[in-house]
Amino acid sequence: MFGYILKRLLATIPVLLIVAVFVFLLLRLTPGDPAAILAGDAATPAQLERIRDRLGLNDPLLVQFVTWFGQMLKGDLGTSLISNTDVVDMVSDRLGPTINIALMTIVISVLLAVPMGVIAAWRHRTWIDFAVMSFSVLGFSVPVFVIGYILIQIFAIELRWVPVQGYASPSDGIGAFFSRAILPSLTLATIYVALIARMTRASMLEVLGEDYIRTARAKGVRENVVLFRHALRNAAVPILTIIGTGFALLISGVVVTESVFNIPGIGRLTVDAILARDYPVIQAMILLTAGIYVLVNLIVDVSYSFFDPRIRY
Amino acid sequence: MTEMPSSRRSAFQVLTGVFSLPAGARLGAGPTIAALVLALIVLASICAPLYVPYDPLAMDAMSRLRPPSDEFLLGTDPYGRDIFSRVMTGGRVSLLIGIGAAIVSVAVGLVIGLLAGFFRAADGIIMRIMDSLMAIPAILLAIALVALNGPSLSSVIIAITIPEVPRVVRLVRSVVLSAREEPYVEAAIALGSSMPKILIQHLMPNTLAPLIVQGTYICASAILIEAILSFLGAGVSTEIPTWGNIMAEGRSYFQIKPGLIFWPGLLLSLCILCINLLGDTARDLLDPRMKKREG
Repeated sequence: MFGYILKRLLATIPVLLIVAVFVFLLLRLTPGDPAAILAGDAATPAQLERIRDRLGLNDPLLVQFVTWFGQMLKGDLGTSLISNTDVVDMVSDRLGPTINIALMTIVISVLLAVPMGVIAAWRHRTWIDFAVMSFSVLGFSVPVFVIGYILIQIFAIELRWVPVQGYASPSDGIGAFFSRAILPSLTLATIYVALIARMTRASMLEVLGEDYIRTARAKGVRENVVLFRHALRNAAVPILTIIGTGFALLISGVVVTESVFNIPGIGRLTVDAILARDYPVIQAMILLTAGIYVLVNLIVDVSYSFFDPRIRY
Repeated sequence: MTEMPSSRRSAFQVLTGVFSLPAGARLGAGPTIAALVLALIVLASICAPLYVPYDPLAMDAMSRLRPPSDEFLLGTDPYGRDIFSRVMTGGRVSLLIGIGAAIVSVAVGLVIGLLAGFFRAADGIIMRIMDSLMAIPAILLAIALVALNGPSLSSVIIAITIPEVPRVVRLVRSVVLSAREEPYVEAAIALGSSMPKILIQHLMPNTLAPLIVQGTYICASAILIEAILSFLGAGVSTEIPTWGNIMAEGRSYFQIKPGLIFWPGLLLSLCILCINLLGDTARDLLDPRMKKREG
């Protein structure tokens, strides 16, 4: 087990290395003068020179890469071109809200989607199945921000149950946190629920056709035990996989949702940085999200053996 | 030399084969309705200049934020432009981006995937690069690309395409990997067929069916990503009305004019819903094994 985790960890190194090279080249290989792109149209020659200097754009490409990569390994991702603050500090300041919302989203999604998928498969070809499938197709088709605005319109403007926008950290009081985090989490959860419910249903349908399910039912095991203990455990691996690969969707969704609900998390930070062409921050965010994605999928792979003891590493 | 049956078909024969229904199979009501609705939206978008009552770009300070009326079917936006005219015209660019992105990603992914699947030496490197690209969230990559390359139509299509390519490459590669073990491919290699001929004539037809399905999904997701890019301020230039741009302008006026987000959102969602449904139908028709599993 430990050997397997180590092997998988080592295998993520080339992936992250290529991401780093890619992020590095993204700016440098853009047609035109990178400094001019970053500074915008109204830049003075002095400003351009300052940006070139800051990013080392005057050095040969290889020298630039080695310097940049060396600093990155030391945990130095540079300073923001706009505010001059350290990028690592900027990102870590904004991490809290995003992590809280993301965790809440995952909990909501799994709690909703897995039972939905199980019931849809159990009552295959009935109206429940049809409703679940319709929801999951719909969830893929409506843009995240439209869902956000529909929820705001209903729950914040018409019903006035929760504030329209904003964020409060759990330390400001659990009630304040939940009332502001619930709409963004539900918004984000829609597409995730659609994805997980669909996969759960497909995977359960396959398992429910197996002989051991018929055997379990024949010997009088209660139906909910058959469904959740016998069937779901055996259907778990594809569901876990989709939770892992769907994590990229979640990260993309965070970027949009934080803009809709005015949440000061890393999604907003990224959008602001991209629109202001604050390249050091963009670089850091792409590296961070890619790293998180790779890590989550590693955890998912390792957790297979927990759900399915037949898988041994 | 005998004919090699499964590979000696013209592209046309392959295509008609792909779309002919299996004996006794029937299309349900769902896909038929989806196809009709989609055709209606596409037609209405293409013909928009013929019937919309106002110039979608004409601003009029005298008629800002009007409610829906006989004069303005859906009301007017903060610049006094007719929302109905803008929404109907906006579909043209959104659909163009969807179709453009689907064609470009399938074409690029097909070439890279064929090479990766066929040449062992290139496979490892290509797939590592594709894995890395997939680790970067599509939206982040796309907004970064647009921010660096400018808000032109082609740069938005490229920005949407790049994150999609790895998925196409994986698909094509997996099809090629299994097809190249088939006796007719081995026979072609043994007969000394040239490499391009094997790739194009023998391997490529196998990828056609899954690529059509994948292409529909990419088209749907490209329309969605265009809207998100515009919404975040990193889409096509705001002078061009697209569904995304109209919704982006509606952001600050959401509480007084929700229609600016809801109408384009509705049309866009309907469009994506239909494309996804047709994609699912195509997948079920082309891959009966899948259908059985999905029910």
